[in-house]
Amino acid sequence: MERIKAIIIKEWREVFKNKFVLFTVSFLPLMITILPLFVLYFAGGSDDFASISAADLPPQFEQLCGDVIGGDCMLYYIVTQFILLFMMVPVIIPMTIASYSIVGEKTTRTLEPLLATPVTTVEILVGKGLAGVIPAVLTTWIGYLVYAAGAYLMVSNTAVVSKLFDPLWMMAIFLVGPLLSLMGVSIAVMISSRVNDPRVAEQISGIFVLPVVGLFIGQMTGMILVNETFILWLAAALLVLDIVLFYFAVQVFQRETILSRWK
Amino acid sequence: MINNSPIIVTESLTKRFGEITAVNQLTLSVQRGEVFGLLGPNGAGKTTTVRMLAALLIPSGGTAQVAGFEIGEDDQDIRRKIGLLPESPGLYDSLSAEQNLAFFGSMYGVENIAEQIQKYLELLGLWNRRYEPVGTFSKGMRQKLAIARALLHEPEVLFLDEPTSGLDPQASKLVREFIEDLRGEGRTIILTTHNLEEADRLCDRVAVISGHLLALDAPGELRRKIFGRKVVFHLQEANQALVGTLEKFPFVSEVQAVDNKILAAVENPEEQNPELIRALVNGGAELQFVGELRRRLEDVYLELMGAVEDNNHGKN
Ligand SMILES: Nc1ncnc2c1ncn2[C@@H]1O[C@H](COP(=O)(O)OP(=O)(O)O)[C@@H](O)[C@H]1O
Ligand SMILES: [Mg+2]
Repeated sequence: MERIKAIIIKEWREVFKNKFVLFTVSFLPLMITILPLFVLYFAGGSDDFASISAADLPPQFEQLCGDVIGGDCMLYYIVTQFILLFMMVPVIIPMTIASYSIVGEKTTRTLEPLLATPVTTVEILVGKGLAGVIPAVLTTWIGYLVYAAGAYLMVSNTAVVSKLFDPLWMMAIFLVGPLLSLMGVSIAVMISSRVNDPRVAEQISGIFVLPVVGLFIGQMTGMILVNETFILWLAAALLVLDIVLFYFAVQVFQRETILSRWK
Repeated sequence: MINNSPIIVTESLTKRFGEITAVNQLTLSVQRGEVFGLLGPNGAGKTTTVRMLAALLIPSGGTAQVAGFEIGEDDQDIRRKIGLLPESPGLYDSLSAEQNLAFFGSMYGVENIAEQIQKYLELLGLWNRRYEPVGTFSKGMRQKLAIARALLHEPEVLFLDEPTSGLDPQASKLVREFIEDLRGEGRTIILTTHNLEEADRLCDRVAVISGHLLALDAPGELRRKIFGRKVVFHLQEANQALVGTLEKFPFVSEVQAVDNKILAAVENPEEQNPELIRALVNGGAELQFVGELRRRLEDVYLELMGAVEDNNHGKN
């Protein structure tokens, strides 16, 4: 545990000195929080929304909105779309941090003295992984709370607002979010073990991660019925996926190859 | 300090990278407390050897024990017992000197970490700079910090891979003096270098390698084995008659007159020189002084490398 803690703190000291990482970690959640608030602000006050009737909306919306009808359903639809955007934050932030922290150790040649210590591969990867997952999850939660608070202030229909705090979204943010970030970090670790440029590592990880995220988002936005049971199944599936991915990440992190590939 | 219990033993240790055989059937042993040099040109396999012994690379063949543990089997135990100064210092630039050491200290599980950090930063003259980011350090300072890192957990065996290469003369001198100080503490040091003077000065024994082992002995013995010991007789005037006088002795070879000197290879100068001096004086020589021609390790090295080259040409 001491070693893992030391790795996390070291990672933060190092990686947040990198401007690109700092930008990704602070600017992305900020954008994803502020932008929808603007949209809500303008849409909420608009007359066009008030005149929308249930007949104007596609049939899936009825399923999505339940009691909330007409313009408010449209509003709720927009609100939920933005929450889904939040699910990008826990994936992208740890991917960026992990890519920079592993490839960074290769380019600065710090990996050799690190691997010469009695630290185990699992300790290194857990430390580096958590160094990405912790800030990612925290920013997601903070962003969500800011967004929810903003929505509460701007949207007058309490039925719409209370839907933001229903168990469905709570579970999505507080359960699925962290699990998604574990997935992002495991994939980034695997890719980073094989490439020598952090940006390439990040991009390749993105290619792998985004379709998976897209799939979940697609399912959640009304293609199928999203309810608590579904979210729980999703969380369980993600948990299994995370365990499998982390296992592979440890296997891929071959000390000898990583050290001697880099000349 | 040196006693006769080997702390490192290798047996036909071999490492191949694809087609290249970087280390070829290396068999040697290092005694506890010894400063042991691995000497060889670039690409001789010094770093690869050190990396195998530090449990970083898996050998392609052969075996090795370090501090009583088998490489490839007890790697974690070995890592606890050894300290490594890699070829490039590998420090975290945005962390301070102290943070760098504290991090590695916790990787090694050093208990009295604050004291250890202070001890080595003071010894290496970096204590006043401890809060500064390593990115601002000179090459020499980085090297010293990396040496401090290798010593934090008081390893039994210290591997120093080219500790002075790339440093300016002043920094090299400091590092060399520090290594000399370390010798006194009974720690085993494996030092790789292509600097002959360094090997000559610091090492108890030197292994000359170029893929495989070319020679292994104390620096002085290497010189003697390869060139024998040469005695120089300084005379008022050298002549062929005096050369002839020396050539009669069975233990003398390669006698030659150069200017007013006579050079002769003598098997055991301490015992045999008095006899030779008597013969020269009786032969009418005006003897001014007698000395030994000191070969440099460099000559030994060039001779060995020359042999390697000849061999290679022979094969082609
Ligand atoms: N990771 C590696 N991959 C391929 N070849 C390597 C690798 N490391 C070293 N070599 C090769 O092995 C030989 C020995 O290298 P090295 O041990 O670094 O020598 P030295 O430290 O004596 O300069 C060289 O020919 C080098 O190119
Ligand atoms: Mg080398």
